[in-house]
Amino acid sequence: MTSFVKPRIRRKNQPVNELGLTRADYEGAMSTLCAGCGHDSVTASMARAFFRLSIEPHRAVKVSGIGCSSKTTAYFLRESHGNNTVHGRMPSVATGAAAANSSLTYIGVSGDGDSLSIGLGQFVHAMRRNVNMLYVLENNGVYGLTKGQFSASADIGSLAKKGAPNEQPPIDPVSLALSVGATFVARGFSGDREQLVPLIEAGLKHKGFGLIDVISPCVSFNDHKGSTKSYAHTYKYYHKSVHADFVPPSKDIKVKYDEGEMMPVELHDGGVIRLRKLERGFDPRDRAAATMALAKAQQNKEILTGLIHIDESHPDMHELNRMEERPLNEIPYAELNPGAAKLAELQKNFR
Amino acid sequence: MIPTDTSNPAYFHKVVDCQWACPAHTPVPDYIRLIAQGRYADAYLLNRKSNVFPGILGRVCDRPCEPACRRGRVEDDPVAICRLKRVASDHRGDVSDRLPKKPAKTNGKRIALVGAGPASFTVANDLAPMGYECTIFEKLDEPGGLMRSNIPAFRLPEQVLSEELDAILDMGVQLKLGTPITSMKSLLNKGYDAVFVGSGAPKGKNLDLPGRYDTDRIHIGIDWLESVAFEHTKDIGEKVLIIGVGNTAMDCCRTSLRLGAKSVKVMARKPRAFFKASDWELEDAEEENVEIVVNHSPKSFVTKDGKLTGMVFETMEYELDEKGRISSQKVTGEVTIDCDDVILAIGQENAFPWIEDDAGIRFDEWHVPLVDETTFQSTRAGVFFGGDAAFGPKNIIWAVEHGHQAAISIHKYCQGKMLTGRLPDELELHPTKMGMFEWSYSNSFDASSRREMRHVELVKRFEKLDIEVELGFSPEQIATEVERCLNCDIQTVFNAPLCEECDACIDICPVECLSIVENSSEDELRKVLNAPAASEGQDLFASDELPLTGRIMIKDENICLHCGLCAERCPTAAWDMQEGEIRIHHAAEQDMESPA
Ligand SMILES: Cc1cc2nc3c(=O)[nH]c(=O)nc-3n(C[C@H](O)[C@H](O)[C@H](O)COP(=O)(O)OP(=O)(O)OC[C@H]3O[C@@H](n4cnc5c(N)ncnc54)[C@H](O)[C@@H]3O)c2cc1C
Ligand SMILES: Cc1ncc(C[n+]2csc(CCOP(=O)(O)OP(=O)(O)O)c2C)c(N)n1
Ligand code: SF4
Ligand code: SF4
Ligand code: SF4
Ligand SMILES: [Mg+2]
Repeated sequence: MTSFVKPRIRRKNQPVNELGLTRADYEGAMSTLCAGCGHDSVTASMARAFFRLSIEPHRAVKVSGIGCSSKTTAYFLRESHGNNTVHGRMPSVATGAAAANSSLTYIGVSGDGDSLSIGLGQFVHAMRRNVNMLYVLENNGVYGLTKGQFSASADIGSLAKKGAPNEQPPIDPVSLALSVGATFVARGFSGDREQLVPLIEAGLKHKGFGLIDVISPCVSFNDHKGSTKSYAHTYKYYHKSVHADFVPPSKDIKVKYDEGEMMPVELHDGGVIRLRKLERGFDPRDRAAATMALAKAQQNKEILTGLIHIDESHPDMHELNRMEERPLNEIPYAELNPGAAKLAELQKNFR
Repeated sequence: MIPTDTSNPAYFHKVVDCQWACPAHTPVPDYIRLIAQGRYADAYLLNRKSNVFPGILGRVCDRPCEPACRRGRVEDDPVAICRLKRVASDHRGDVSDRLPKKPAKTNGKRIALVGAGPASFTVANDLAPMGYECTIFEKLDEPGGLMRSNIPAFRLPEQVLSEELDAILDMGVQLKLGTPITSMKSLLNKGYDAVFVGSGAPKGKNLDLPGRYDTDRIHIGIDWLESVAFEHTKDIGEKVLIIGVGNTAMDCCRTSLRLGAKSVKVMARKPRAFFKASDWELEDAEEENVEIVVNHSPKSFVTKDGKLTGMVFETMEYELDEKGRISSQKVTGEVTIDCDDVILAIGQENAFPWIEDDAGIRFDEWHVPLVDETTFQSTRAGVFFGGDAAFGPKNIIWAVEHGHQAAISIHKYCQGKMLTGRLPDELELHPTKMGMFEWSYSNSFDASSRREMRHVELVKRFEKLDIEVELGFSPEQIATEVERCLNCDIQTVFNAPLCEECDACIDICPVECLSIVENSSEDELRKVLNAPAASEGQDLFASDELPLTGRIMIKDENICLHCGLCAERCPTAAWDMQEGEIRIHHAAEQDMESPA
């Protein structure tokens, strides 16, 4: 038989995580994306990060919108919760889910079309609210699923497959996130897993909204000469600013940091993100500095990557709105739904 | 690492673990695919080209290929390679018109071959169709060597053996039975153009303990098996002890049961981990209720009035070091075990009483001839050795390979050419891509477990001496077992300039054997691979620098399933699956133009 389905095999000496699960246990259905799509590589990085963090698959929730990127939630964590929403509406479903059960780990997967065109409003408000989730924006400069129209992230002058240039200015999700107060803002590249996997780990552990804008080339419609989102262009112009390593709470928390180059950021659960500066004089804990570094890179036509901004001091949506700590499904029904009489009583206060 | 040179045929050959491990380099996955297509005759002939005796070897081969099989590393059990060889033989039908023929005329060169075992027969098989006049001299009245005289018919039926020997005799080979060669010097005087010695290692080792010569019920294993095979010995006592735990011991114990023994014990000096017998031979013996007794060291024979009554053993205790080797041993006691017969199966030695000291053939201190490992020539030009006669007892498939190599040398020698000027192996790569999601081989991983051979019922198999125990594979077993083969000869061929580092191959690989990394030393690289693997005999493939980042693609050949998914997912066909055919040249091909 010929087959293109990845077989699941129990091979000898497979590495396992703290839960005794293998990397294959974090995979999902066979991808139906084009061979070589950057999104598949991001999928693998997400699966890898969940494996390394030893998150139980059934304690994770995957949400997405519409697009090739949004399809990928089917291709990892086969035993997790998930919802493919309508186009651009993933942030509101994620917000609702996080409100109902704050004890799960939320990951949103979206594309530049889904997030920056039809879903722009939802995207921005989820950041403002600081919903506790990691939002992975797989950015290829086009609507891949509908065969390659320019998206709102296409650069001026970037050429479409048939040669037409894009003439409208791009929306940069990272600049946008900084401007609306997002608390964890990063950029990665599907082709640089060494950078991306720790970023995803850190983003998942960050309490509050985490955005990772991942340059993720579309091999079929935007990988040609003249495109600024091709593999070749990205490999050539991308520039690492800060490398982030996530250190779980249990392990070497009291590590000694070298003065200057190593910057520790302590997380809510006691874990630490260790930042390794690759760029002199740039401190991602400083929003203004981050904004400036970003502007400078844009001017130099460099693609600034790494952890660009982090702020652990800001309360997330749950805390800010003093919401119920317990997952709603664990609250006894009588308490969850006190009845019509209690509602009427409450409504009196608003008359 | 420096980029791997995959144009060296040895590189891809080594990836095909079974073929590499097979002394005759049988193209295993290739013949398994032919069986899968129902092309049994083609599978048989492909086998025959390298191993000459597929019907015989499909039953009794020592199977060095199976422990090497990749499937055993990936999961648990290797592919039943040997059983599938038998399938090809069982279902081949009449292939006589496709076998090499007796040539219309000979080339006038006369070759003498001493001993009618697999080594001599292979030399004749290679040389007779080329026109050489081959004459085999055999001491016994039947041809086949130990395959006839020692391997019992319940493992290797007489008819299977005869068919494959006859096919070679039909090529115009002369066989002189009952003709022992008693003097090398007089043979050399008979004007042969070359002499091949394939007389085996015919001397069974003795055990000279007290009481050894007080009875006639102590037998040397290989002599005893021969006398059973030729029906001189037809019975044995009720209680039999076999000394030694190699393959000869296994044949002795099972033969004893068929001659009427009721209780058979195989006495081993050491624990099970040190046994020389193959696992499957031990299993087959134990299935027949042979008792294997460990840690008993023979001390003396007990006789009463000239009748053997038992044997005294020292019971042993061993201490093992962390590598499992014996670090110390002590005797803990002594026991006497009753018996009527003892069979000594503790090894064989070379013996050449018929080769005179001044024949120009030198031997080492253990009476093993000095033979060149490439050319198989002895210290006397024109005299070649092969099989058990060359380097001591081995097995049939080694005898075959020695025969092939000696035949090349004899051909060169008779042409007055340099013996070492042999044609090197070649590699030919053929594409296998048929279309989207379609390859010309069965690339999907079949998780089925190894099929078990069916055996004749225990009560039936002892009725006669020559009831073959193994029944062969059923059609269902064949269909399943062929799919277990991973097709290791369908090679992953990488073309670095095409790679755009999208990682698709890395992510799809079900065994995580691919990585794109910064180049460094092999030791360093082995640590950072996706699935870090210690070397288990397979190499790391290292590509040229990749065009976009200058990193390199590394592939750990150790556990690749040859599933082709990397090539399927690669957008640029930087990975491709190609069938690697290793072309190995036997005697007849030596006069071809040498490859460029
Ligand atoms: C009991 C037993 C079981 C075995 N089982 C297996 C098995 O299952 N699988 C396997 O692969 N191998 C097995 N072997 C080993 C295998 O049989 C030998 O390695 C193989 O037969 C060697 O082949 P050969 O051609 O070198 O010599 P042999 O097979 O030994 O043939 C040599 C021939 O030369 C003849 N001869 C010797 N001297 C002279 C002379 N002076 N003049 C004329 N003729 C002479 C002998 O009579 C004999 O017929 C077994 C061996 C034994 C003893
Ligand atoms: C309401 C609605 N409008 C339009 C579409 C058509 N549509 C499907 S996917 C897509 C764009 C997807 O682009 P992006 O999010 O960048 O995903 P990519 O395929 O590039 O990964 C559009 C416009 C739709 N499915 N639903
Ligand atoms: S899987 Fe097939 S080709 Fe690979 S080593 Fe085993 S038998 Fe040979
Ligand atoms: S053929 Fe390719 S995908 Fe399959 S196991 Fe080998 S390297 Fe991995
Ligand atoms: S799939 Fe092909 S192009 Fe992509 S990294 Fe692998 S070899 Fe390179
Ligand atoms: Mg897109």
